[in-house]
Amino acid sequence: MMWHVGTVIALQNETATARTIALQVPGWPGHIAGQHIDVRLTAPDGYSAVRSYSIASTPSSNGRMELTVERLSDGEVSPYLTEQLAVDDRLELRGPIGGWFVWRPRQTEPVQLIAGGSGVVPLMAMIRSRASAASAAPFRLLYSVREPGAVFYRDELRAISDQGDSVQITYAYTRAVPKNWPRSVGRIDADLIANSTWPSRLTPTCYVCGPTSFVESVSVLLLACGNKPDKIRTERFGPTGGRQ
Amino acid sequence: MGIISRGFSGRRTSADVKLPPGQYLTTDFPVLSAGPTPHIALEKWEFTIDDGARVLRRWDWKSFRELPTENISVDLHCVTRWSKLGTHWEGVSLDTILAEIETDAEYAMVRSYGGYTTNLPLDDLRNKQAWIAFRFDDEDLAPEHGGPARLLVPHLYLWKSAKWVRGITLMNDDQPGFWERLGYHNYGDPWREQRYSGGE
Repeated sequence: MMWHVGTVIALQNETATARTIALQVPGWPGHIAGQHIDVRLTAPDGYSAVRSYSIASTPSSNGRMELTVERLSDGEVSPYLTEQLAVDDRLELRGPIGGWFVWRPRQTEPVQLIAGGSGVVPLMAMIRSRASAASAAPFRLLYSVREPGAVFYRDELRAISDQGDSVQITYAYTRAVPKNWPRSVGRIDADLIANSTWPSRLTPTCYVCGPTSFVESVSVLLLACGNKPDKIRTERFGPTGGRQ
Repeated sequence: MGIISRGFSGRRTSADVKLPPGQYLTTDFPVLSAGPTPHIALEKWEFTIDDGARVLRRWDWKSFRELPTENISVDLHCVTRWSKLGTHWEGVSLDTILAEIETDAEYAMVRSYGGYTTNLPLDDLRNKQAWIAFRFDDEDLAPEHGGPARLLVPHLYLWKSAKWVRGITLMNDDQPGFWERLGYHNYGDPWREQRYSGGE
């Protein structure tokens, strides 16, 4: 697996702590929604640091790719990517990596996406892949987020959920809700799983991505509703990094 | 050396700590699993060695825990780049588990509750290199870290140390396990940075 050099072509802040980085990567082999890449930073003395980040953009063959990176206060690479990186900078990357936490357009079964915080990134790639492939696979997204200001891809998600045949999106706010929101603050619980996710009799494929404790608790709730373990795919990240 | 990242200085690990290439130190214990955490009751737990056709040995929890145990202090290296040094475990050596097995097989497929598998050469399970661990830091091994018992084969990347282990299938011919079929290296030596299939 070789290193590619991408050029930053656009930057966009998603939230106060997260930024989307659009790259043009000549020779990029393409990817499947849900996969991640390694990003390598190199200091002038040759010291380098590598971290993995999920790809946010839809699979495409023209070498364009987007990452969304959440800044970790004690991070080594994410502060650089979210604060210092500028348009026209070059970035080394390698991949795509991972063949398990992926959604392919040939899948036609119902899909349940459940995101905790920045765990929405690979799930957004799946939603975008569904749209660009004109797939009719029934999708639902349950997105747990601290507060309205912490939602990634806010306008795009609103536009998607406004389309008739599209992706049903449910938000669970854990610290603060928008004005006139019908539910109070709270983590995803059994009621929300029962009322907003696909019934297990439809045997949806479930993709759960977020911090470890989030993935653990959501997986237990999905199992309790009758979903089978082999239909639940997870991607976890711990406090020290792992995948974003 | 790669292209220089303008303005990047990085955070280095102290020079007296020797880590495999591309790894960084962590003091907590991140969890990475592909699916839900299985919860296995001890009275239903079993561990078997088979040759693909028949079961050669079988332990339930009671007979497994009657095997001699060892205290283990080892460094862990995860393919997602964190390393954790000096972790303390208690477990049964694979030398003990495999002592009475006579086989010409050269490969092993480690099998887990939940369906996970990982492959490695049988020699990598022998000679004081691998254990079935059931305690971590003087506590029973938590389910999210692989309890009741997990394989511990610390000289390879941590995905080889299968959680929720339930048995080993001896194989004459090598076959890829779960991550080995999905783009990760067949052997996974952290000191040679064997992360992905297709090499570096």
